[in-house]
Amino acid sequence: MDLQAPRESIDDLLGLLELTYQDKVVHWKHGGIVGVFGYGGGVIGRYCDQPDQFPGVRDFHTLRVNQPGNKFYSTEYLRQLCDLWERRGSGITNMHGSTGDIILLGTTTPQLEEIFYELTHNLHQDLGGSGSNLRTPSDCLGMARCEYACYDTTALCYNLTMEYQDELHRPAFPYKFKFKFDGCPNGCVASIARADMSIIGTWRDDIRIDQAAVKAYVGGEFKPNGGAHSGRDWGTFDIQKEVIDLCPTHCMSWNGKKLVIDNKECNRCMHCINVMPRALRIGLDRGASILFGAKAPILEGAQMSTLTIPFVKVEEPYDEIKAIIEKVWDYWAEEGRNRERLGELMQRQGFQKFLEVLGLKPDPRMIREPRSNPYVFWKEEDVPGGWERDIQEFRKKHKK
Amino acid sequence: MGFDPKNPLKDRITDIGPRDYKEFLPPVIKENWGKWLYHEILEPGVLMHVSETGAKVYTVRVGGSRLMSVTHIREICDIADKHCGGKLRFTTRNNIEFMVDDESKLKPLMKDLEKREFAGGSKKFPRGGTGSGLTNIVHTQGWIHCHTPAIDASGIVKAVMDELYDEFQNMRFPAHVRISLACCLNMCGAVHCSDIAILGVHRKPPIIDHENLPNMCEIPMTIAACPTGAIRPATVDGKKSVTVNKERCMFCGNCYTMCPSMPLADEEGSGVALLVGGKISNRITQPKFSKLVVPFLPNEPPRWPQTVDAIKKILYAYVEDAKKYERLGDWAERIGWERFFEKTGLPFTDHLIDDYRFAYTTWRTSTQFKF
Repeated sequence: MDLQAPRESIDDLLGLLELTYQDKVVHWKHGGIVGVFGYGGGVIGRYCDQPDQFPGVRDFHTLRVNQPGNKFYSTEYLRQLCDLWERRGSGITNMHGSTGDIILLGTTTPQLEEIFYELTHNLHQDLGGSGSNLRTPSDCLGMARCEYACYDTTALCYNLTMEYQDELHRPAFPYKFKFKFDGCPNGCVASIARADMSIIGTWRDDIRIDQAAVKAYVGGEFKPNGGAHSGRDWGTFDIQKEVIDLCPTHCMSWNGKKLVIDNKECNRCMHCINVMPRALRIGLDRGASILFGAKAPILEGAQMSTLTIPFVKVEEPYDEIKAIIEKVWDYWAEEGRNRERLGELMQRQGFQKFLEVLGLKPDPRMIREPRSNPYVFWKEEDVPGGWERDIQEFRKKHKK
Repeated sequence: MGFDPKNPLKDRITDIGPRDYKEFLPPVIKENWGKWLYHEILEPGVLMHVSETGAKVYTVRVGGSRLMSVTHIREICDIADKHCGGKLRFTTRNNIEFMVDDESKLKPLMKDLEKREFAGGSKKFPRGGTGSGLTNIVHTQGWIHCHTPAIDASGIVKAVMDELYDEFQNMRFPAHVRISLACCLNMCGAVHCSDIAILGVHRKPPIIDHENLPNMCEIPMTIAACPTGAIRPATVDGKKSVTVNKERCMFCGNCYTMCPSMPLADEEGSGVALLVGGKISNRITQPKFSKLVVPFLPNEPPRWPQTVDAIKKILYAYVEDAKKYERLGDWAERIGWERFFEKTGLPFTDHLIDDYRFAYTTWRTSTQFKF
């Protein structure tokens, strides 16, 4: 093979790692500014701090390649990618990085444009995000192979990724911004913990019940929880103990013949559906809840996303969702400080401000509990007569 | 013609996004999109999904490693070509899923996967990671390719998973257990809502390279990066630089992110912290953060024995004591954290009492406790 990257790069990578195992301190330097022309993300510069000893990894940059939806692949595509990466890089990858991208781990500076050219021309494939831009969106398995998917996570993820290519490649935000798409409250892609905007599938009508199948679970014909507990003897399935009593809202009952759900009181935690997937199915009036502001601990501690839009329909061309996204980005671009995540801005300026930006009315669904301090920031227009008062008028009734 | 360095903008293609996922779907997935009725785990690592149309898809889930060579990916492709019509997928937790549309194709696929071994005899494609067991550990880059790690990633994951390999291939836990690793507080792996989180931490304030700092760092940005206001401007040997009030340093490393002249990593100072009891799912209880239960363990390459041991203590105390469907954090809350430390045998030290912002919300303001 006509290798374009240093032949000794893998030996040197292992050598450098061996040295790190002895020193217990990493031997990679802070990234340098490298990239492909016209993009502000997708390539992360990396240089080793022992270039004389390990010249094969002197410059050893990472490329992020935007993974396809649900991480489904054809072998034809993967083989093309392998050929490209063996010839022009180290041949080492991450399948996949934490955010979801295919990570190509280690190449030299002159190869970057060559790789980008081949990716776009031959593989019809673009880079992912890095830096202060939209990070590569990612989705759960969704409708591809899951009966719990309340909306088409894959379709929405792809649509928004294509819509916001400019935001993905050219950093114009105060800091990183992540979308993640979970099809149901089980949250397999962990959007509630790690996405600035978490779009989580839900429904607002009734759980569909197949009473005959409920009886089959009770009678031991069907394995509870899809057989997830089969490695240990937990005794015979007890619907009262395992489903009814564990329901967080106590909205279910079982009289030995019929399962009844008071759907109005259900908070859609998914437990009963997870335990009896053949008997209980998500409702038909489906959509998503939208939550904002999750992030890892840097700086002021980790945050989970806050429920902001309890229900939205998720239908092509997704105009309602795009309008929400753009309002949030405009606000954050205007008010966000350098390296301030959306969740931090929401804390700094208050949830009230965030609702005002989105034009939303407050709803008790948005909070865990009402505040326990009385320090309301009343606005002047809230109070009859306003705030301007005359001390002379006051003194007429109240002596010094 | 390929890329022309003299004319880099010639025929340039940009903003085309990822490949359309529809190109990569196995026919049975495409045809039954959104029509799935239910699923069953036939045995650890083997799933059957049944569609409204009567179609079934059988999935064999095998453990992958996040770090993969093209040689390994090509072997995965060979398997998918032979058994799965040239299609496959990866999961969010770095597993590989091979799918077939007929039960008769399942056994040959499983056999083929089972017989493939590395030169040392370990399984290349271990089956498992389903149901109430342990699935793959998601992790960050670590020493192989990151510039800010306090610990390695792949090495610790390998050491932990080698010890817990049986649990990957079994489903005998009360509920599923998600272990995740992030090699520094930046947490590109967002491990803060995991049943067990392995986190790289520092304990020594940054060393300041006064010689190079003025050229390499933006001083105002560096000062602003410190959440506790511990960094001040200073003039050292006539050069503009900064000082750090060491008493106020919380070892977050945010200054190093902004300024390469302030490295924190240290052979003795950096190591592992363990946090437990987080979850993502809304099932039964709400999503919650993981809590710090082991403030520090040393970096012990190549096998990190103290880290592995502490994880096993936590995991098996939970497995023995929790009720069916109870996640690790729900178990700890039910028995109380005083019991958690008793049952796991982990020492409770003052490091575990919060003293950062909103710390008070984690102190006990009731007389309800257990002796």
